[in-house]
Amino acid sequence: MDWLNAIVQGTLLGGLYALFAAGLSLIFGVMRLVNIAHGDLIVLAAYLGLSTSIALGMHPLLVLVAVVPAMAGMGYVLQRGVLNRTLGDDILPPLLVTFGLSVIVQNALLEIYTADPRKMDAGGLETASVDLGGLTLGVLPVLTFAVAVGVIAGLQWVFYRTALGRAFRAVSDNQDIAQIMGLNKAHVFGLAMALSLAVVAVAGIFLGIRTSFDPSIGGGRLIFGFEAVIIGGLGNLWGTLAGGVILGVAQTVGAAIDPGWQLLAGHLVFLLILAIRPNGLFPRMDG
Amino acid sequence: MSVTYDVTRSSQAARIAAGLGAVILLLLIAAPWWAGRAELRLIGEICLFLSLASLWNLMAGYAGLVSVGQQAYVGFGGYMLFALTIFGGLHPLAAIALAGVLGALVSVPVAALIFRLRGAYFAIGTWVMAEVFRLSFAQVSALGGGSGTSLPTDIVRSLAEGRAAREALAYWLALAASVLVVASVYLFLRSRRGLALTAIRDNELAAASLGIDIWRTKFVVYVVTSALTAMVGALIFLQKLRISPDAAFSVNDWTAFVIFIVVIGGIGTIEGPIIGTLLFFALRETLADLGTTYLLVLGSVAIVVMLKAPKGVWGLIRSRFDLELFPLGFRVRRTDQKGA
Amino acid sequence: MTGLDAFYGDFQALYGLDLHLDAGEVLAIIGANGAGKTTLLRSIAGLIRNRPEAIRFRGSPVGALRADQVAGLGIALVPEGRQLFPSLSVEENLIIGGRVGRKGPWSLDAVYRLFPILKERRNQASTSLSGGQQQMVAIGRALMANPDLILFDEISLGLAPIIIRDIYAALPGIVGDGMSAILVEQDISKALSVSSRVYCLQEGRVSLEGASDALLREAISRAYFGIA
Ligand SMILES: Nc1ncnc2c1ncn2[C@@H]1O[C@H](COP(=O)(O)OP(=O)(O)O)[C@@H](O)[C@H]1O
Ligand SMILES: [Mg+2]
Repeated sequence: MDWLNAIVQGTLLGGLYALFAAGLSLIFGVMRLVNIAHGDLIVLAAYLGLSTSIALGMHPLLVLVAVVPAMAGMGYVLQRGVLNRTLGDDILPPLLVTFGLSVIVQNALLEIYTADPRKMDAGGLETASVDLGGLTLGVLPVLTFAVAVGVIAGLQWVFYRTALGRAFRAVSDNQDIAQIMGLNKAHVFGLAMALSLAVVAVAGIFLGIRTSFDPSIGGGRLIFGFEAVIIGGLGNLWGTLAGGVILGVAQTVGAAIDPGWQLLAGHLVFLLILAIRPNGLFPRMDG
Repeated sequence: MSVTYDVTRSSQAARIAAGLGAVILLLLIAAPWWAGRAELRLIGEICLFLSLASLWNLMAGYAGLVSVGQQAYVGFGGYMLFALTIFGGLHPLAAIALAGVLGALVSVPVAALIFRLRGAYFAIGTWVMAEVFRLSFAQVSALGGGSGTSLPTDIVRSLAEGRAAREALAYWLALAASVLVVASVYLFLRSRRGLALTAIRDNELAAASLGIDIWRTKFVVYVVTSALTAMVGALIFLQKLRISPDAAFSVNDWTAFVIFIVVIGGIGTIEGPIIGTLLFFALRETLADLGTTYLLVLGSVAIVVMLKAPKGVWGLIRSRFDLELFPLGFRVRRTDQKGA
Repeated sequence: MTGLDAFYGDFQALYGLDLHLDAGEVLAIIGANGAGKTTLLRSIAGLIRNRPEAIRFRGSPVGALRADQVAGLGIALVPEGRQLFPSLSVEENLIIGGRVGRKGPWSLDAVYRLFPILKERRNQASTSLSGGQQQMVAIGRALMANPDLILFDEISLGLAPIIIRDIYAALPGIVGDGMSAILVEQDISKALSVSSRVYCLQEGRVSLEGASDALLREAISRAYFGIA
């Protein structure tokens, strides 16, 4: 029963990791950009949520309506103002600029909020649970998982069923020709980053309700998201969800063996999959 | 009047720089006699950061291997110093050398794994490896687990009689490491393999068609860099005399700062890390009181440099004065001669 | 277009090109491999930026505009080698061509009427089509923009002769109603048969210019190959 419990809890935790990963996967798919500051932006979103919910006395889930557009707007501005200038054949500029951004975000948060761990107060939601024949499911983890599934389904829909998604895929395929079709790639990239940070906002709020956070944990969130993307296979959103679940299960099962093994077990499973399936478990089928 | 062309590697500036460098080196060797304790420590630290920066630059600026996980080898080297002296009974100097060998050995399987990741994903892969190292060493209770341990006094004493002598020795080792690293990077880049590396950086496709084995060349760079980084790591913790997983595998201390040094100084040049290290420490000594603000400034400066002057401060100087202090390329000089 | 230069890095591909085109006219550009034909079309389409005055379109300077802005003014390109979007289906490739939203006779239905086979294959991946069908998609994609000027870059390249004949048979219907066209070809006779005037490019310079039916073969081959 312990094992089953660990696997179920790990699966639910995987939903959170999929939320970390989805935005990362999205911008890599559209513009081959890997955002090293991704984790720090998740933490930034958590702090934004914290401040908003305290200032307005709102439930942390309700502040999503403010934090999601705020982060999306920031993403658009960031992409058009800074990151677009780094894109090209050379991988160094985007990498180093987002790395610099990571340090800036982290230290700005440190300056404003200090290093003390904080947490969002979601009242009864945090402790509510349902009993399923000996298996206790927290309502919050289940909700997080459901939101992750919803977000991934939504992204999938945007990508394959809308004009915006068509533009994303066209620019990803061939920037020059997409430009000839009247797509301004600077704008399309801005929209992709906006969407990515909108997902980051959701991830940050759920992170902040679930656990305590401090400005230094961004790097760890980036790594979890990255591992989920690679395990699932680049460019496959549902694969990313599966990758998050595998990572989450590895961690909870590792923790069940020995609490010190939680993170290590996750990393080792990631390295194992990298060794035997370097393209991930579900690499993208289409072009 | 006939025109002839001289092909030469050296230049006036390079010869002057070499002379000046020799004088500075002599002064630095004599530092224990003229510098105070704190200054000696600072210069030693500068030397160690210069070594880390030169090594990171070799990987990122020449081999195209952008790592944000070099703290893996800094920490590994540090822990090896402690483990080999405490459990192996080795003399610290032997332990430092062996840390290099072991660093090379562990880097082989690591490279085999993370070389499967491309570009930016490679970078995050190196970070994951560093995390694996950190979490693994935190599991070793004999080395203090998560809270770390100090180097026992008898081992510290075995290094040299008296604190002043020990500190001088640690300093000289740091100085020697930086000279060794900069010289090896320079000589390596001048070698056949090194020139191949520059060819790969400038055009991977063309280099492949010239029959340069790109994977192997990058692999060799990775292993050599790891070995030297592990030795520098051992030296860093010989200075500190105390180690813990968080300090040993700190991404900020051993990678973020190093990246800023190289970016600001000028990536892909030998001179860049030297200039960058000096600038970094100048900035640190003046802004250190500001705490996090200092890091905010550093991050912003790095971004601005990357966007506006991607070749860094040294790139600006070089484009203005056509200087090269460590001549790598050959230069063609036209000399006009009267008569035949 | 006056005094058009174009560079790839330090390499100059076009040298002070002067050419002009009247509304509704079909112009042919011929020249050997590497003469700079593709570079010329990419410059017009805005993929290679230039001085504003280097290219004028309907009287206004467009040389320095981005490709998406040029597209909005009514210039469409059928690129060399077709360059369809592999992640998009046939129909999506066409739809994205119509993104600029200009009014005109061309729509999905009109393209499907011109190339009925595409309607059958509308939901397939564009990579699964034959070369000729892909070329139809590329042409249809450009038409969907309802351009005033359409640029064709070697549409016969790599296609079987029958397919080439079919595509050229469709051309008059395409450029019939007032649309101007620049047709780049290596196949001289094909180019001359549908155009009113022709320019010959050689190493980035115009080496010959004239009405398509007046030019002598001999003069062309001299301009083409640079044999004195
Ligand atoms: N992307 C590029 N980078 C550098 N040189 C190029 C590039 N594309 C074309 N060239 C060069 O520009 C010249 C003209 O090429 P192009 O316009 O493609 O000729 P054409 O279409 O007439 O065959 C050639 O010498 C070619 O090698
Ligand atoms: Mg061509």
